[in-house]
Amino acid sequence: MKNSLIISLCAVVFGLLAGAVLMLATGHNAVTGYSYLFQGGLKNPERIGNTFATASPLIFSGLAVAFAFRTGLFNIGVAGQLLVGGFCASVVGLNLDLPKVVLLPIMLIAGALGGALWSVIPGLLKARFNVHEVVSSIMMNWVGFWTVYYGVQSYIKNPSSETESKQLPEAATLKAHWMTDLFHGSYINLGLLVAVVVVIVVAFIINKTTFGYELKAVGHNRDASEYAGIAVNRSIVFSMAISGAIAGLGGVALYAGNASNIQIGILPSQGFDGIAVSLLGANNPLGVLLSAIFFGLLYSGRGFMNAMTDIPPEIADSIIAIIIYFSATSIMIERLIRWLIRRRANAKLNASQDGKVKSSHVEHD
Amino acid sequence: MEYVVEMLNIRKEFTGIVANDDITLRLKRGEIHALLGENGAGKSTLMSILFGMYQADRGTIKVGGKEVRISNPNVANQLGIGMVHQHFKLVENFTVTENIVLGSEPRKWGIVLDVKQAGKKIEELSKRYGLNVDPYAKIEEISVGMQQRVEILKMLYRKAEVLILDEPTGVLTPQEIQELGKIMKNLIAEGKSIILITHKLKEIKEFADRCTVIRRGKTIGTVDVAPTSETAMAEMMVGRQVSFKVQKTESDPGKVVLKVDSLTVRSGRKSLALSNFSLEVRAGEIVGIAGVEGNGQSDLVEAVTGLRKVESGKIYLYGEEITGIPVRDRIESGIGHIPEDRQRRGLVLDYSLGENMVLEVYHKEPFSRRGILQKQAIRKYADHIIESFDVRSGGSAASTVRSLSGGNQQKAIIGREIERNPVLLVAVQPTRGLDVGSIEYIHKRLIEHRDKGNAVLLVSLELDEIMNVSDRIAVVSNGELVGVVRAADTNANEIGLMMAGVRREAGA
Repeated sequence: MKNSLIISLCAVVFGLLAGAVLMLATGHNAVTGYSYLFQGGLKNPERIGNTFATASPLIFSGLAVAFAFRTGLFNIGVAGQLLVGGFCASVVGLNLDLPKVVLLPIMLIAGALGGALWSVIPGLLKARFNVHEVVSSIMMNWVGFWTVYYGVQSYIKNPSSETESKQLPEAATLKAHWMTDLFHGSYINLGLLVAVVVVIVVAFIINKTTFGYELKAVGHNRDASEYAGIAVNRSIVFSMAISGAIAGLGGVALYAGNASNIQIGILPSQGFDGIAVSLLGANNPLGVLLSAIFFGLLYSGRGFMNAMTDIPPEIADSIIAIIIYFSATSIMIERLIRWLIRRRANAKLNASQDGKVKSSHVEHD
Repeated sequence: MEYVVEMLNIRKEFTGIVANDDITLRLKRGEIHALLGENGAGKSTLMSILFGMYQADRGTIKVGGKEVRISNPNVANQLGIGMVHQHFKLVENFTVTENIVLGSEPRKWGIVLDVKQAGKKIEELSKRYGLNVDPYAKIEEISVGMQQRVEILKMLYRKAEVLILDEPTGVLTPQEIQELGKIMKNLIAEGKSIILITHKLKEIKEFADRCTVIRRGKTIGTVDVAPTSETAMAEMMVGRQVSFKVQKTESDPGKVVLKVDSLTVRSGRKSLALSNFSLEVRAGEIVGIAGVEGNGQSDLVEAVTGLRKVESGKIYLYGEEITGIPVRDRIESGIGHIPEDRQRRGLVLDYSLGENMVLEVYHKEPFSRRGILQKQAIRKYADHIIESFDVRSGGSAASTVRSLSGGNQQKAIIGREIERNPVLLVAVQPTRGLDVGSIEYIHKRLIEHRDKGNAVLLVSLELDEIMNVSDRIAVVSNGELVGVVRAADTNANEIGLMMAGVRREAGA
């Protein structure tokens, strides 16, 4: 736990250092670059709000990946689950005329169900026929992509645009006046609060409940779980369903919070970023929250950096990519740390032992 | 006297644990030197240091009289030290020759693998040491005993002078063990030296010239094997007197607890693993299943515990049919299971010891309430098992099971299963890989469990264990029951014949 925090922080530091090298190599000043990058995400309440808003869908997608990971599954279909979840919520939001307090919960439930539907199929295939979830969930991404493409055009098309859905009415979005005002007009919305609640709920399920105990046991060792009488196949299906439901909620935050309609023909990049978020967060719910906010900071700051300097915004993407490499190769960092510790310990030991070893030689001879 | 390898005053500390504390081992040229010690005494650590996998914190290693620094296994290889690991490191679908040359492939014209030349060399080596290995057979097609010889050949091919054999007999049948003994004699006759890691005293007595005993990381002493009795060595190892004879009273069988009625089990797509098998185990008795490995024992156990589907036939527990019911219901109705493969089946290695202790009962009060785990209750329960079964770990209930030594993992499982007080305890190889002290203790607990009026089904490949602990012995061969005999009026010879499929009437 503590170890993984150090590794994640190392990955971040290395990523930022590598970014600095990139900036220097392309002839820019790294200090000004970073100062504008961070200013862009933190300079004033509005920018801070935008950072959080950017982070919200990433919290969901990261959590979806992390939850599956903890139970031994690799849900790579988060992008499709986000999209389908968002679509289901949008259909509900556009067709039901209810007060906001009633409509939003229904939309969230619809989103979660949509996401769960998209992930439970790979779950069932895995449990029943041992089809690897990576293959089936990535295929479901494309099934979701085209289903939503067709669904938006046929049922909820925006009359003035061929490529997007109708705007959601005010009552059907997660935007809240008090939050917008609090952050001086930022597009921050209730999605963030929902995300925080889900983080807490997931952490609770994973760490404190018998249900989480079962799911993790199956993730670690299927044979031992079977031996202990745990319904292994049921666990797999549940894990995937919950992971997808979390992603589906993220879709609501994305399409009915940050945005208020769906652009067709785009598979949300947040889905794949979720893998990186989860990796950097060491598959720990709280870690996911923090790493998603950090990614949100980089994403929302890069525009400002681009505007204020002539550093290309791709540098921010490169930093993210490098951080992912470092957290993916966490074993390497761990070894490096251990090697450093050992070298220091050995140096100390040798210094203190030189005398002793020599004297013991004399005895043996 | 000339020593090929000397390890002097070796100390190795892992965070919190001193694995080796001032150990000295001297290996003479041309001897078989046994390294004897309990589980977790530090044998593996010591050998890993010699093989270059760990660095000693203190102490010196001399090879051929010269002080050396073995920083990795390649250095060990160059110094002529080779190791045959407990778990073989072979590529299943490669031939013997391909496996042996792996890493130092002989080449023709710089790029083409010259298997022929290598094969010839391996054939020569194999003949010289009486190994009798076909260099062109595939690993997956040869027996475990043969695979071990391939590992030995690998060392010889790399010109090893010192061979470390780590628990080499654990996977072998009695005949194969005898053959291994011959091979070792051939090797030392040719001037090689062998370090034999084991805790089977019988084999030390049979094969070794000298024996170094270590206990809790310290050298207790090095003795000549010939004049030392097994009891004396066991005492050195454990630090107290050990009895080899299992103390038990005559069994007093009661009602039938487990009834297996003409059970047939299919193994995979292949032929029948168990055919038309019937057996009864009564309350207050231990029934041992004897047989050569892979003759249907595991299939019987898996069918009884619910891990394997039954083709036909019925299983009853206290008269109630349990043939088709799920594993959890069988656990609830009172079946305990000490599984054959503790790491694969018995434990979730990444869970803490505490979490593993409630693997089958976590969903019940007091370990959880309304779906919420009660960590305190779990901890208390785990501490109780840890204490009463003497499970040693770095940080008690909180340490991950992965960090425990194999023997302690096994004790934890046995503790967990016995603590639940099951009416039927299915114990498969309960003492595999354990030292005499722990074996004695576990046998005692099994008999205690019987004396409380429970039934025990004991499956073991160790004939001694079966003969000593069981009240009745059922012998299987080829998935069929050869016969059931009372342990009191049979002998190893008769059981051996039955294991080969000879029925009692015909054999006697």
